[in-house]
Amino acid sequence: MKLDLLYFAWVRERIGLDGETRDLAAHTVGEALVALSALGDGYASAFAEPHRLRFALDQDFVDADAALREGAELAIFPPVTGG
Amino acid sequence: MITVRVQTEAFDLGAETHALSDGRTDIGAVASFVGLVRGGEIEAMTLEHYPAMTAKALEAIAAEAAGRWPLLGGTVIHRHGRLLPGDPIVLVAIAAAHRGDAFAACAFIMDYLKTGAPFWKKEETGGESRWVDAKAEDDAARDRWR
Repeated sequence: MKLDLLYFAWVRERIGLDGETRDLAAHTVGEALVALSALGDGYASAFAEPHRLRFALDQDFVDADAALREGAELAIFPPVTGG
Repeated sequence: MITVRVQTEAFDLGAETHALSDGRTDIGAVASFVGLVRGGEIEAMTLEHYPAMTAKALEAIAAEAAGRWPLLGGTVIHRHGRLLPGDPIVLVAIAAAHRGDAFAACAFIMDYLKTGAPFWKKEETGGESRWVDAKAEDDAARDRWR
C-alpha cells in the first residue's frame, strides 16, 4: 500500500524526517506502524509506545484499526497540546 | 459564520471583538478567551502544527459549536511558531444574542481545541527544550460536553 507519511513533534524528531512516501505491506494503521518499526531504530523508538501515538488519515483523526487506502496521507504524532 | 485563522502573527482582542459586533444590533453578548504563554521557568515555546489539517479541525469544532448554540458570529485564531512568555497563543471570540450561549460556545471550542486541533508545544527551559505532554484533565474537560 503506497502511503504519504507525515510525522510531527517528537515522532518527527526520533525518525529524523518530517515525511516520506513509502509502499508498506499494511492494510491498517496499526500494521503500518509494525512495518515502519522494522525500518530502523528511529522508527522503533518513535513507535515503541503505541498508546502515546495518535493518527490522522487524510487529515481526519482515526484509530489504529482504521483501514488504509492506496495513496492516503497518514500522519503519526503524539497527543495534541495546543491552545 | 465562525472565522478560523492559523497564523504566526500576533492578534488584537479588541479589534477582533469589535469586528464581530461592528454595525450590528442583534448581538447582545460577545464572550472571548485569550490563551497566553505562561512564563516562570519557561523561556520560550515553539508551536508546531499540521498545516493541511489544522484549519479543517478548527472549522469542524467551530461548526459543532454553531450546531449546539444559536450563535451570531465568531473568530478563532491560533498562532504557531516561536512565542515568548506573555505572548498570546489562541483567541476564541463568540457573538450571540445572549451571554449564556456565548460563554458556553467559547468554553466548548477551547475544550475541543485543546484535544482535537493538531498543535504541539515545545518548551525551552535553561537551554533545554522538551515536548509538552498532553494532560488527562484536558480530555476530561472535553468529555463534559458529551
